[in-house]
Amino acid sequence: MQSERFKAPWLKLYLALVFILMYLPIAYLIIYSFNRGATMTAFTGFSWQHYLDMFNDLRLMQILVNTLIIALLSALLATIIGTFGALLIYQMKRTGIKNIFLSLNNILLVSPDVIIGASFLILFTMVGFQLGFGSVLMAHIAFSIPIVVLMVLPRFHDMDTTLIDAAYDLGANRWQVLSRVILPYAWPGILAGFFMAITYSLDDFAVTFFVTGNGFSTLSVEIYSRARQGVDLSINALSALLFVLSLMLVVVYYFIATGVATRSSKKAGHGQLKVVDPQ
Amino acid sequence: MKTRYSAYYALPYLFWIVLFVIAPLGLLLVQSFNNIGGHWTLANYQTYFKSGTYLRMTFNSLWFSFLVTMVTLIIAYPAAYIMTKLKHAQFWLMLIILPTWINLLLKAYAFIGLFAQDGSVNQFLTLIGIGPQQIMFTNVAFMIVAAYIELPFMMMPIFNALRELDPSLINAARDLGANSRQTFMKVIFPYSLSGVRAGVQAVFIPTLSLFMLTRLIGGNRVITLGTAIEEHFLVTQNWGMGSTIGIILIIAMFLTMYLTRERKGRGKQHAK
Repeated sequence: MQSERFKAPWLKLYLALVFILMYLPIAYLIIYSFNRGATMTAFTGFSWQHYLDMFNDLRLMQILVNTLIIALLSALLATIIGTFGALLIYQMKRTGIKNIFLSLNNILLVSPDVIIGASFLILFTMVGFQLGFGSVLMAHIAFSIPIVVLMVLPRFHDMDTTLIDAAYDLGANRWQVLSRVILPYAWPGILAGFFMAITYSLDDFAVTFFVTGNGFSTLSVEIYSRARQGVDLSINALSALLFVLSLMLVVVYYFIATGVATRSSKKAGHGQLKVVDPQ
Repeated sequence: MKTRYSAYYALPYLFWIVLFVIAPLGLLLVQSFNNIGGHWTLANYQTYFKSGTYLRMTFNSLWFSFLVTMVTLIIAYPAAYIMTKLKHAQFWLMLIILPTWINLLLKAYAFIGLFAQDGSVNQFLTLIGIGPQQIMFTNVAFMIVAAYIELPFMMMPIFNALRELDPSLINAARDLGANSRQTFMKVIFPYSLSGVRAGVQAVFIPTLSLFMLTRLIGGNRVITLGTAIEEHFLVTQNWGMGSTIGIILIIAMFLTMYLTRERKGRGKQHAK
């Protein structure tokens, strides 16, 4: 006991150092977004100039809107498709088939995103689908579906089946059982899946980079092409904006996740915000 | 008793499995046997195994991923262990997760400023008397940024595994006369191995494919499997060769997962 108490300050110092290193680059980005100068190396004074530049950059604003549309739309569609996919897997009686479906579901979660990007590029080219908004949207829906399934499925498994039997006994038809009993019960998981899908979409670079074609761009792709040309402090301003947005998403998600956890088993996503590396 | 009412609703999901899970992987495999003219050939694989460049590139990529994985593991394990001892563990976990929600490109972009010739890191090095160094576009820069980005993904599973460890096991070890070191080596570490395995998977595999970092930070000096795939697909338009490297990457992925798989019963044997 004593030895542990003696060591504690050093241990905490180490942990503090790790956290400082983790947040230093992010803080650095945001601090320089307020720089009066145009470099990320010398801070010459406070100014909102780069925020003005960012909001006046019509191309960047258009791309920001595109990115948000893609994120919301793909998350919405992935959530709908994924929820019914989870329902299908939940209802499978034979564990062999169930496991096959679960494995198929998880393939895109574990695949490196270069593989997803390259294989989707081949697919879109083979069927003659034009690269642009549509291909990016479809790719984002595709890689968000498995995480929705994984978020929703535990909720179904937690559900007491007597609830469904009771609903049938009371004269509910299939649609009523689904809309009044099953989906409301799974709601926290569905919502969590929706938020995960949004962050997957906002975070993605590699898959989008492969299937985006020439005319259409998302923030990640734009940041990449600008960063290759050097430092541009309106990107810093943008990163500050995105940081606040991420913070808000995390807070919202945290409340959903704790809501899930208090009402069901620990496994239902609590403390496991991101299951698989999304890069 | 349970009626199957979701068969129609789940049709889009089934379409998704066929169209976006099975078909793309199948197409990638077929493409890897195609030459530029679109004919069936083994030439891509022959080129891959015969020319030293591809094999050397693969080895380099594996080696760099291994180093990045080791660095993150060494930093993350003690940090995760200390975190389990803190009061508001859930809050600290949130703090680890938050950086993963920030776009990877932005994090890489921050390092362009930090590592620049007159950047903050060099200013610091000058201050402590080492003098400015060329940091950007070096292997070390690539490894630092990759380790920075992957660190949370190593910490999370280790933290979760350590937290699930039953404290009475540690008390039992102490009661039976084990010192701190023995308790750690014989009880805590073996039980946290599942988290280490998950962390290694979550870091090693994505690091193989981090092509944007090699472009932005590594200055094309470090070539990963991901860089090679991107190069063949989007620059030289040699999809056949790109797909072949893709298949190699998938094999590397399965091999990693196999080597780090959960070995049933081993943890229990250790505990005995």
